[in-house]
Amino acid sequence: MESQAEGRAAAGGLATRWVELVVALVIVGGGALVIKDSMRIGTDWGPDGPEGGYFPFLTGWSLALSGLWLTGHTLWNWRRMAGQVFASWSALRPVLAMLLPTIAFVVLIKLIGIYVASAIFIGAFMMWQGKYKLLPALAVAIAIPAAVFLLFELWFLVPLPKGPVERLFGY
Amino acid sequence: MEDVANLMQGFAVALTWQNLLFMLVGILLGVLIGVLPGLGGANGVAILLPLTFTMSPTSAIIMLSCIYWGALFGGAITSILFNIPGEPWSVATTFDGYPMAQQGRAGEAMTAAFTSSFIGAFFAVVVITFLAPLVARFALKFGPPEYFAVQFLTFCSFIGMSREPPVKTIAAMMIGFALAAVGLDTVTGQLRMTFGHTELLQGFDFLIAVIGLFGIGEILLTMEEGLAFKGVKGKIDPRIVLQTWAKLPKYWLTSLRGCLIGCWMGITPGGATPASFMSYGMARRFSKEKEKFGSGHVEGVVAPETAAHAAGTSALLPMLTLGIPGSPTAAVLLGGLLIWGLQPGPLLFVEKKEFVWGLIASMYLGNIVGLIIVLTTVPWWAAILRIPFSIIAPVIVVICAIGAYTVHNSFFDVAMMLVFGVVGYVFKKLKYPLAPLVLALVLGDMAETAFRQSMLLSKGSIEIFWSNGLVGTIMTLAVVLLYWPLMSKVVEGWRGGMQPFRRNKGAGAPPPAQ
Repeated sequence: MESQAEGRAAAGGLATRWVELVVALVIVGGGALVIKDSMRIGTDWGPDGPEGGYFPFLTGWSLALSGLWLTGHTLWNWRRMAGQVFASWSALRPVLAMLLPTIAFVVLIKLIGIYVASAIFIGAFMMWQGKYKLLPALAVAIAIPAAVFLLFELWFLVPLPKGPVERLFGY
Repeated sequence: MEDVANLMQGFAVALTWQNLLFMLVGILLGVLIGVLPGLGGANGVAILLPLTFTMSPTSAIIMLSCIYWGALFGGAITSILFNIPGEPWSVATTFDGYPMAQQGRAGEAMTAAFTSSFIGAFFAVVVITFLAPLVARFALKFGPPEYFAVQFLTFCSFIGMSREPPVKTIAAMMIGFALAAVGLDTVTGQLRMTFGHTELLQGFDFLIAVIGLFGIGEILLTMEEGLAFKGVKGKIDPRIVLQTWAKLPKYWLTSLRGCLIGCWMGITPGGATPASFMSYGMARRFSKEKEKFGSGHVEGVVAPETAAHAAGTSALLPMLTLGIPGSPTAAVLLGGLLIWGLQPGPLLFVEKKEFVWGLIASMYLGNIVGLIIVLTTVPWWAAILRIPFSIIAPVIVVICAIGAYTVHNSFFDVAMMLVFGVVGYVFKKLKYPLAPLVLALVLGDMAETAFRQSMLLSKGSIEIFWSNGLVGTIMTLAVVLLYWPLMSKVVEGWRGGMQPFRRNKGAGAPPPAQ
């Protein structure tokens, strides 16, 4: 019966109980990490008052205990949560369609600066997700970074990361 | 009456052409931010913060707070026309606002929403005007235990008032505290939780967390919901405005209740979102026309909007007087003040009088300007929402990335923003509240310092938090708020019985050691 329920949830999408469980366990792990690090620097009473780890130690325990509670809560309700779906597979597809290009965009910022990366990101996303023709996509993709350039570099004098293309223009 | 004179001086500061222009720009940007998915009051202000570094602090805070007012107004537009709450506190507005729009009464609904927002905000500003100097004067006497007690109150009221499961609220809060502890400990000079990574020396900036959690996280959520804006046409006819205004005085009691709930929740700080739900619920319970709620009743728009704006505005009171923000946006404004070298707290009222009163005066003016602007420009904002999401989404991501980068000119922050974005998406879906995480991240260092100093004073005894009437009252109030849901349930269960109170007093006894 357990496996049947699992099968149903898997067919519909990512099961809520698994996500709940993983998040709760990550919280426990995070709490453990905080406890461990505060024990390294001392959680006790030093010569001049509480040591550096005093407050984080309490935080870590609260974090770990709340995580344990949530883990237990999820396991306790494991069967009752069988039908619940965190997000259906069809709903996760657009999320990934946003997330993966965003990751690529952030990597591109590192490589070629924010202006060209933004242009590529906006243009490509419009053509791929919005099914726009090259011309309108190009227009928006150039207009937005240009506006940002005017606003930040020229008007408010806030420098943003630049790459080889900007260097060609002397920036 | 000294306050009134100070306020008049404040108007003199705020009423320069330049500041009025910044006000106008701020409101327009704010409404835009409120209307666009993925950009809200908190992360919108966070992104625009670096742009104000070159301005004078007074002009800058006027513009930033006007962005906040604009965002508060803007959230109602999407709720009513598109059934999409632009901000969490506008959720309750959709209950009656969207049905009204479907019945062709969009103009009426929006007029009622904007006017109620204005009344709520105005009430809160009046409260700030007269209460803030008193609180500030009072807070001059505060020592570390009192400060920690107020912060403890803040966090307890979050747990008690939250609509999310309390354990998840605690978990989110503790994540905030843990992240706040990362980096160099200024008291002992030790490195905490950096694990040998030099990028972590500075710790996590909450502005990055705000931009990621609320910005990127919201975009991912919107993608999942497959946003197809099927909106009702929005246009406000001056005749409808006057007709609606003629109807509104009938609901004065609902408005007043909304104002009071909002101010209470904003100051304590439960936040604007629970305030709006509570006000809506109370309005329905006490209304003579209960059955009309949910099917397009004006009162159902008046109640949540008044409370949300009263809460959103009064959240600035503890921020200015104690340095403890009542909402994420107030936290971002606090961050701005610190960057300009202004330390919020009771001393601000003594040392930077013209700044404080200029800001308070600008709250009056900003809300009046805001009301006029939103009433006249609604069709434009509705048109912006018709721009396809495949254009808006990448543009907002680009804006978030720029905002994250400009905080410290660091690429690492952009990467962190992405991580916070994924966390924000998952947490939102699993009903982990984000506001306590952000506030704990902001207040973490302050709370820890106050706690340490208190412990130093008492040589490690918790009893210092009950050592005098003042601190004891605050701590007890905090514990009561913490167990509020439990208590109200017990009271509910015992209703009709004779011994409801005596019984549950014991339930709230042991305070969890923070």
